[in-house]
Amino acid sequence: MIRQCAILFGCLAAGELLVFLTGIKLPSSIIGMLLLTLLLKLGWVKLEWVKGLSDFLIANLGFFFVPPGVALMLYFDIIKAQFLPIVAATIVSTALVLVVTGWTHQWVRNKSAKNQE
Amino acid sequence: MEFFKNQYFLIFLTFLLFFAAKLVQKRLGWVVLNPILVTITLLILFLSVTGIPYTDYEKGGMMIDFWLKPAVVALGVPLYLQLEQIKKQLLPILLSQLVGCLVGIVSVVLVAKVLGATNEVIVSLAPKSVTTPIAMEVTRGLGGIPSLTAAVVVCVGLLGAVLGFKILTLGRVKSPIAQGLSMGTASHAVGTSAAMERSRKYGAYASLGLTLNGILTAIITPYLLPLLGIGG
Repeated sequence: MIRQCAILFGCLAAGELLVFLTGIKLPSSIIGMLLLTLLLKLGWVKLEWVKGLSDFLIANLGFFFVPPGVALMLYFDIIKAQFLPIVAATIVSTALVLVVTGWTHQWVRNKSAKNQE
Repeated sequence: MEFFKNQYFLIFLTFLLFFAAKLVQKRLGWVVLNPILVTITLLILFLSVTGIPYTDYEKGGMMIDFWLKPAVVALGVPLYLQLEQIKKQLLPILLSQLVGCLVGIVSVVLVAKVLGATNEVIVSLAPKSVTTPIAMEVTRGLGGIPSLTAAVVVCVGLLGAVLGFKILTLGRVKSPIAQGLSMGTASHAVGTSAAMERSRKYGAYASLGLTLNGILTAIITPYLLPLLGIGG
């Protein structure tokens, strides 16, 4: 378990360091995630060295954002005042993403299938 | 009750409510009874009724949300396991992810702007399609309200899980791979679990959409918002 923590936090710390050094506008956790993928791909980190902890964290992802979600109680005024824009924008955008992503995938796939014929 | 402010008690309460909410959802099987949403609602009710300020809750809560960042790093494992799958369909997957990501950010920003939302709120809505830890990180970095993002993200997930396949059928997206991808791209983990209920194949592509859109949104949002006239 200690090795698993060392690897995950090592990737995260490397991400933090990169943000600190370059001021890049990317969450350190995303950099850490990509680094972990790379290390696994290169075989420098073995899957079983991180599997247990990462499975646990991913399976319980939902739980970790309960406390920041509770902070919502501090912003009830803002939400009440801007309820319509928030709800309308969210619904319209979600429907668009669903359909447009699907269309693009089908279209590109058909095109490349035709090219191969 | 002064004791209710005790941080270990508040952590215990968070675990207990989440555990109970998960049990109830399993029993009833309603997607709308999302354990995250239920737990957040119950905790806000508890704090309001007992008059405990959020800052007291935060002391215990911090220890829980500390794990958000390592959890995002852990997403590198499923990404690694899916690399082969991505390689097989590199172009269709990457292009559809890029388009989905751009449409997601631009459409939510423009609609919110036209309807008169403030910059702070618009920034908080921009990463709404991606999984909460990533979305909150993006919002936090850009000066939005992370908790508003968390709430909106959960609602987007529920929306996708409940109506996603209906919208896809209406929009004539028919291929299972495209449907799976779209579910993950538009409504992250909650959409993915809905896709997983259909079949493993849907689920695998949905989780691919979830991870890739998460990465793209984190990279693109900080640079896209200024182009849309939103200070970030």
